[in-house]
Amino acid sequence: MKKVEAIIRTSKFEEVTEALAEVGVTFMSFYEVKGHGLEKEYQTYRGATYDVGYIPRTKLEIVVSDSFLEPTLETILRIAKTGKVGDGKIFVTHLEEVYRIRTGEQGSEAL
Amino acid sequence: MEAAFVTNNLWILISAILVFIMHLGFATLETGFTQSKNTVNILFKNTTIVPIGLLTYAFWGFNLMYPGEDYAGSFFGFAGFGLEPPAGANDGTYNANYTYWTDFIFQAMFAATAATIVSGAVAERIKLNSFLVFTLFYVGICYPITGMWDWGGGFLEGLETPFYDFAGSTLVHSVGGWAALAGVILIGARKGKYVDGKIRPIPGHSMPLATVGVFLLWFGWYGFNGGSVLSADPGTLSLVFVTTSLAAAAGAIGALFTSLVVIRSNDLSMVLNGILGGLVGITAGADQMGVTDAILIGFLAGIIVVIAVVTIDRLRLDDPVGAISVHLVCGIWGTLAVGLFGGLASVSQVITQLIGIVCVGAFCFAFAFGLFYILKKTLGLRVSEEEEMEGLDIGEHKMRAYPDINKPAEKVYS
Repeated sequence: MKKVEAIIRTSKFEEVTEALAEVGVTFMSFYEVKGHGLEKEYQTYRGATYDVGYIPRTKLEIVVSDSFLEPTLETILRIAKTGKVGDGKIFVTHLEEVYRIRTGEQGSEAL
Repeated sequence: MEAAFVTNNLWILISAILVFIMHLGFATLETGFTQSKNTVNILFKNTTIVPIGLLTYAFWGFNLMYPGEDYAGSFFGFAGFGLEPPAGANDGTYNANYTYWTDFIFQAMFAATAATIVSGAVAERIKLNSFLVFTLFYVGICYPITGMWDWGGGFLEGLETPFYDFAGSTLVHSVGGWAALAGVILIGARKGKYVDGKIRPIPGHSMPLATVGVFLLWFGWYGFNGGSVLSADPGTLSLVFVTTSLAAAAGAIGALFTSLVVIRSNDLSMVLNGILGGLVGITAGADQMGVTDAILIGFLAGIIVVIAVVTIDRLRLDDPVGAISVHLVCGIWGTLAVGLFGGLASVSQVITQLIGIVCVGAFCFAFAFGLFYILKKTLGLRVSEEEEMEGLDIGEHKMRAYPDINKPAEKVYS
């Protein structure tokens, strides 16, 4: 099992989740995040331009069994891409164990 | 009772209501242009200024500003404490167009404006008590004294070419603007505004509130200028409505173009300031200008206000709402414009206007600077650094303006 954490543009959120649902990934958490990266966001106020100091993005947290990993990554890479700086990143980590609280099932059964 | 007397009197009373609502305009504008952590403090100041203004004006201000003909041509006059209606106060003998009470309440509504202007400029860092003491003395004493110089029949009115300030570009707006300048100089910039030689903007927290404020001020300005006709004379009053509207509109467009060219941005806050700049600009000569004059005065005020905001910021004078640019700079411009455009335009009028600007400016700046300086050495002007960071709402009032606003944002995903 793998945990896929993807930081994507908030504007791409709906497209990505819909496309993931199509390939069968329906279980996920998501939240609004702020951070730094290559991109800078400048705003102006009353004649002075300033660096806002952070970029807002949406972070998806998806846990999949190994067979779902490839389509998940492929979908996010394809849909969340605009080609401009700031499209985001994907982190994949190996998961030791997963439990379903209701039944106590373990591993891929729990997904 | 004659119908004309009733109509005139009623119009000035309606104008008093319109000027009254301008205080709400100032309150919302200043709230919108500052951070949410200081909102209760801003509203508290704007809410207490009006009562202080009305009461001091009733106790002594009205008689200090309008001491009567005994003091014609002088620098100072005082007709005693309290309100004492003279014989014939309400039947047309006191004035052919309005009663004594109307005269008082219309002028009283103006009085608090001078301190409201200062409130925005020193916002987010001034100690509440010091500001209230300042308001008491500035609205109670300084404003009526300089007002008397022209409107009360004082020496500016007695000049060979009389100083002309129709509704108060100098006597109201610059009076507030000079004190704003003195306050900003003495109190210093907000923490984090100028760091390492760079300007770091501290954006206001609500552009909608600021916009509501400007529309309320524009709305009230029909009473501010319209009531200053001091009658419902159809020709003059309707002209004043036209010049006031056109100057505000031209101010908006002037500021729009200037911010596009100078700061390369469609900055709403600048267009809002442009509207106010145009209104302040036309105020001194609203009844003297033609259509073209009003548009030119307003348009130039819109240009001036944007350049003033940027310049004042570069001078490291931290004015969160642009009060100095709108009320002082455009107030001076509007007062000068009386000598340059319209019915009174002449070289001698320009000189008189300059005399008025300098005399009122010198007195108000000295008065405000002295008052702020004494407060700085006694009560202290500035809140502590920690309080400034935490916000004056908690520091000065132990409450927040939006105690439940930091709940997670709700979004509906279908």
